[in-house]
Amino acid sequence: MIQAIGRRSISAVEAVGRVGHFVMDMVRALADIGVWARLTIVQMRRIGVDSLPVALFIAAFTGVVLALQASYTFTGAVPLYFVGTLVGKTMMLELGPVLAGLALAGRVGASMAAELGTMKVTEQVDALETLAYDPQSYLVIPRVLAGTLMFPVVVAFAIATGIITGWLTSLVLLDLSTQDFIKGLKLFYVFKDVWFGLLKSASFGFTITLVGCIVGLGTRGGAEGVGRSATRAVVYSAILILVLDAFWAVVLL
Amino acid sequence: MIELQDLQKAFGEKPVLQGFTLKVRDAETMVIIGYSGSGKSVALKHIVGLLHPDVGDVIVDGQAVSTLDRDGLTLLRQGVGYVFQFAALFDSMTVADNLALGLRRRGLDEAEIEERVQEALALVDLSGTGERMPAELSGGMRKRVGIARAIALRPRYILYDEPTTGLDPVTSAVIDRLMVRTREHLGVTGVVVTHDMRSAYTVGDRIAMLYEGRVRQVGSVAEIQQTEDPVVRQFIEGRAE
Repeated sequence: MIQAIGRRSISAVEAVGRVGHFVMDMVRALADIGVWARLTIVQMRRIGVDSLPVALFIAAFTGVVLALQASYTFTGAVPLYFVGTLVGKTMMLELGPVLAGLALAGRVGASMAAELGTMKVTEQVDALETLAYDPQSYLVIPRVLAGTLMFPVVVAFAIATGIITGWLTSLVLLDLSTQDFIKGLKLFYVFKDVWFGLLKSASFGFTITLVGCIVGLGTRGGAEGVGRSATRAVVYSAILILVLDAFWAVVLL
Repeated sequence: MIELQDLQKAFGEKPVLQGFTLKVRDAETMVIIGYSGSGKSVALKHIVGLLHPDVGDVIVDGQAVSTLDRDGLTLLRQGVGYVFQFAALFDSMTVADNLALGLRRRGLDEAEIEERVQEALALVDLSGTGERMPAELSGGMRKRVGIARAIALRPRYILYDEPTTGLDPVTSAVIDRLMVRTREHLGVTGVVVTHDMRSAYTVGDRIAMLYEGRVRQVGSVAEIQQTEDPVVRQFIEGRAE
């Protein structure tokens, strides 16, 4: 048992070391701007634009549910215009970034790990190196940069969508006027609500894409290995999103 | 010249190379033969720094590969073409883009890239396939595109990893002829890893057999064909015992 604990401890330290090395290599490869700049634009479209539908879909229904649950909780005790407060605050601070992050961990993280994993096991990554490209500047930096830049954009749209569907629900199902919903929305609003949510989502974007790249490029074996990597990327990303969520709450709130 | 000096490499507990030493002279084609899993491809990957030895070193044009930093490795790789076992074509790019990728890295202008791509495709008898995707090609065509991608760089060295594995005899003969033609046209130094003896005899100037992590015998094609070493004889004759 002691041996097993020792082995696990060593492999955990090794994993941390590998991630550290990976990030150092990535930072060093930033000098190769001629390679990664053009590819980053392509990845921004793939990660940003292509992720919008799933993020907006989730946000739309979250807004509906938030408005209905708020009204159910407040009945008789709290003025109904607080529905706007709860929908706004919750979407901006928590559910917008976290739900979009978890959904995109599946969509972006898994596809990235599978794509890079397939490239790895079919020697395309080696081929890239023999053609004098650094996989860090050709594959990793464009993805991580695009994820970090585009996640806040996707989350901003998701927050707006959630608030709009919360407002529509209040209007149609709760007999709450637009003025009252906006009154509630503005009641405890501070600008920090917005930048806190967007900063969090940028950190989620960075984490999901970095994990996707590390796991993808570490793939071994054939199709089974690629499948394992895709699963790992989603699980690790989801865990890290929740850890980061708590971290930012402790540090910034 | 390429020199592999006392290479030792293990993956986990499993030793693969155990003191592999070999010199490849300029303008010759050296064929490395050996059983599947004997470490031939591993040795090849050490030449371009895709793998790093536990002990020993590879010297290319007087430079020790293990001492090169990232920029040094980039320079080294710009002089080496590598043909992968399963071609390793970028499946999201057209054939032409596969060939152009390495040329763009070398800073060539688009007109020259186009010219080199067409020239390389013509050399492998695949003119007109530039706009096709790798998934639309047969196994033999993919290998030829892999060779064209290496040729287009006009390298000093070309490394072939199992170029005829998995191909029918006629397509294998086409690939062999292509390797010979490449050497004649471009005068490049070649290292070919294979266990296809017909291919080895056709393309090789010298043949080295890798056995239990070391060179068992190295010599000209004639010397290998007349060897009295029982291990080498068994391998080249393809006998079960």
